[in-house]
Amino acid sequence: MNQALPTLTVKDYASDQEVRWCPGCGDYAILKTIQKLMPEFEQPKENQVFISGIGCSSRFPYYMNTFGFHTIHGRAPAIATGVKLANPELDVWVITGDGDGFSIGGNHMLHVLRRNVDLQILLFNNEIYGLTKGQYSPTSQTGTRSPSSPAGSIDLPLSPCEVALGSGGTFIARTIDTEAKHLSAVVKRGHDHRGATFIEILQNCPIYNDGIFEQVKDKKIAADFKVELVHGEPVVFGKEREQGIRLNHDTLKLELVDATHEDVLVHDETNKVLANLLATMHAPDFPVAVGVLYRQEKTSYVDDSRQQLITARAAKGSLQELLSSGHTWKVEE
Amino acid sequence: MELAEENLGEHHLDEKEVVDVVVRFAGDSGDGMQLTGTNFTEATALYGNDLSTFPDFPAEIRAPVGATFGVSAFQIYFGAEDVTTAGDALDVLVAMNPAALITNVENLVDGGLLIVDSGAFTAKNLTKAKYQSNPLEDGSLDKFRVLEIDITKQVLAAVEQYNLGHKAGVRSKNMWTLGLVLWLFDRDRTATIESLKAKFASKPEIASANIAALNAGHAYGETAELPAGIHVYKVPKAKVAPGTYRNMTGTTALAWGLIAGSELANIELLFASYPITPASNLLHELVRHREFNINTFQAEDEIAAVCAAIGASFAGSLGVTSSAGPGIALKAEGIALACATELPLVVVNTQRGGPSTGLPTKTEQSDLNMALYGRHGDTPMPVIASSTSIDCFDVAIEAVRLATKYMTPVMLLSDGYLANAAEPWKIPDISKLEPFPVKHYSKVEDFKPSIRNEETLARVWPKPGTAGLEHRIGGIERSYDTGDISYDPANHQKMTDLRQAKIAGIANDIPLQEVCLGNETGKLALVGWGSTYGAIHQAVKRARGEGIDVSHIHVRYLSPLPRNLGELLKGFDSILVPEMNTGQFVRLIRSEYLIDAEALNKVAGQPFKIGEILSAIHKKVAQTGSKS
Repeated sequence: MNQALPTLTVKDYASDQEVRWCPGCGDYAILKTIQKLMPEFEQPKENQVFISGIGCSSRFPYYMNTFGFHTIHGRAPAIATGVKLANPELDVWVITGDGDGFSIGGNHMLHVLRRNVDLQILLFNNEIYGLTKGQYSPTSQTGTRSPSSPAGSIDLPLSPCEVALGSGGTFIARTIDTEAKHLSAVVKRGHDHRGATFIEILQNCPIYNDGIFEQVKDKKIAADFKVELVHGEPVVFGKEREQGIRLNHDTLKLELVDATHEDVLVHDETNKVLANLLATMHAPDFPVAVGVLYRQEKTSYVDDSRQQLITARAAKGSLQELLSSGHTWKVEE
Repeated sequence: MELAEENLGEHHLDEKEVVDVVVRFAGDSGDGMQLTGTNFTEATALYGNDLSTFPDFPAEIRAPVGATFGVSAFQIYFGAEDVTTAGDALDVLVAMNPAALITNVENLVDGGLLIVDSGAFTAKNLTKAKYQSNPLEDGSLDKFRVLEIDITKQVLAAVEQYNLGHKAGVRSKNMWTLGLVLWLFDRDRTATIESLKAKFASKPEIASANIAALNAGHAYGETAELPAGIHVYKVPKAKVAPGTYRNMTGTTALAWGLIAGSELANIELLFASYPITPASNLLHELVRHREFNINTFQAEDEIAAVCAAIGASFAGSLGVTSSAGPGIALKAEGIALACATELPLVVVNTQRGGPSTGLPTKTEQSDLNMALYGRHGDTPMPVIASSTSIDCFDVAIEAVRLATKYMTPVMLLSDGYLANAAEPWKIPDISKLEPFPVKHYSKVEDFKPSIRNEETLARVWPKPGTAGLEHRIGGIERSYDTGDISYDPANHQKMTDLRQAKIAGIANDIPLQEVCLGNETGKLALVGWGSTYGAIHQAVKRARGEGIDVSHIHVRYLSPLPRNLGELLKGFDSILVPEMNTGQFVRLIRSEYLIDAEALNKVAGQPFKIGEILSAIHKKVAQTGSKS
């Protein structure tokens, strides 16, 4: 058991396939970060499985030198559930996008989260349909002009983290494609979580939705537009970490205050009410929260299923006995 | 051919001994008719008759009391000779209320026995059943032997000592009636008493009340002065092969067949499904048997069910999913993924009346076209169908064998009739079944996910978790040589041809088509598939008894078809294909073999009657002169 795993590097996790995302796509950065991170996990390479649906992000498994399955639109969480139920030893990742995960596959996302299936779900959110050439997605801001909404989209966008929280997810986090250090740290923590890990990665699409996350990505201004959540630390942000966020106990709403205010929130990953409030924050009134929004310890679906199997199989079944069980009768020669 | 029916004309309750009998229990959906029927079935099997049953229940779980659409019925055909259908016309009808009478009395033969609970023939119930006058009084039932009993009153007297109150006491009405019918056919009550004790183990007073009602019904038959012509009927035991037998529904047979398949393949099985009538019972049966190498997963929808099954297969287990027509339609994209990625998958379709919600609790064979063609792209897959309830066991094993040997999704067609119908099953010796152990690919050297068996054309099955075999598969077309994504035109042609050839090649691995009754060539062959087996078999047997040159051919393998089927069919002057759809199989064999096969269709939510098929044979003989 304690046999040391061979030391692998980023190269061991890159497949021989040519990466075919558009130049400048945020997916490159995510791929690199994940490939670099993989050797850190105490899991042999052959136990790593990447499952994806359809869309730009879903090409991801082809570029990982692990087991991979590029499936059908929206269904990766369901396929991954089957993989994990069949072999709980496997370390299963789901790679999805905003359209794949929350439009056509919204139902599976909701159920995989509520069941707490032991998977790492990475949602690449670029707020647009890329592979079908730029239509607005369920996370596009209202008014997005696209080939299918030339006069501006009229749908209200959904917030992936809020939906994940509402679905009963037990590990909800948000991070940014090009913030390798932050992305890496969040994914690592998510990987350590037993149960469904949901990580929204804000990802730039340079072709159809370029710059939508610029405020939180541009090093010059990002400090004013995002707040990094750290468990047990005050929720403060700004270039000089001069601004803070407090909960107004009368209105039950968040407010911006001076970082020195005595009421500045201290982030508690286990507080779901707080997580919901922090997840909803967006410009122009608030910074976008990144980091682990919520975490809850709970047995995973796969563990519970295994437990039932162990009980059921305490006495191994005999097929001949089964066929002869219940009422039978003999016909003599 | 136009559907018509002729009376088989062999019902004779005039004699004390009869060769076979059809009994139908009908009542409100809350009257416990299914329980009555299954207990009577068990007593009949133990008595030694051959039998076949047909539970016929409404989609409503608890319809308003007394409503015609809430009538639940259980029919059993039993006799001294081989019985393969639940019977045509009724010899005995038990009607627990006016609604049960009005919806079933048409099928009772003249001179048949009608047992009614006169206590339920109240003005209110008569109105609900839309009777203008009370049939018990207006002479409309004069052609039957009518046994009018106020069963409610009899039951309440029988269970009085248990102080259950009126409502709970009346619940034993079905057991009282069962007691009477058990007396009528000289069946033993012991098995029913044992099953009542087991069923109500935690409520001994309910068990006692039901047993008291059962005994009272039986005693009523023995002691009451019954009208002339109503007495105990003897049905001689059937001549059956020696062995140990049990009763088996199609659902149980299919579930156990899947378990047997996983044992023979030596592989873990994940059964993933979403509740749907009439397929849900398969999940209920399998979840109770996880002591075997199976696990079950109730998914959030039909698509998730097929996808979880595919995921399990990717991980090295065998994924199985199940549904009825509407759910299979939703699974189509997933099935095509299994076809493209060449992963094993078993898809069970327990067909029901369609289109759309159609007739959820009624039977039909109208998903054959969907099974054969209902996917995008050129997406061939094997399609096999079970012909009887017990055949579901063998067909399930065969589906597992084909899926794992050829790395392909397999469609298994059953239907609502087979799922619920029961027949006696000679318990097989499992050690005599041929194992077909699965071998996951393990050779690291020169590994590619596209390596395939030259003979079967099946792709290798590498299991995640195996070092050195890391690979990617997906729904995008894959290179024949490497398994990597390929948009190359010639490669797509090659892969399409390969997928066709792989499935077509299965024809060399299945038995040649046999004639199941009659000669190998001749004037007329009736060609069937699926649950029409019993009715066709009986009709052909009777016609042959009349000297008609007719054979019965029953096809299990619908895709690919047995390689001799075309030649076999060409040996007959005429082909008639009875189907519970508008002619899906007949079109297949017409187009496949360019033969002038004729259709006989019934789409009524009910199985064919023997008389309907016999009538078609007679008509055909009149047209062509098939008398030998």
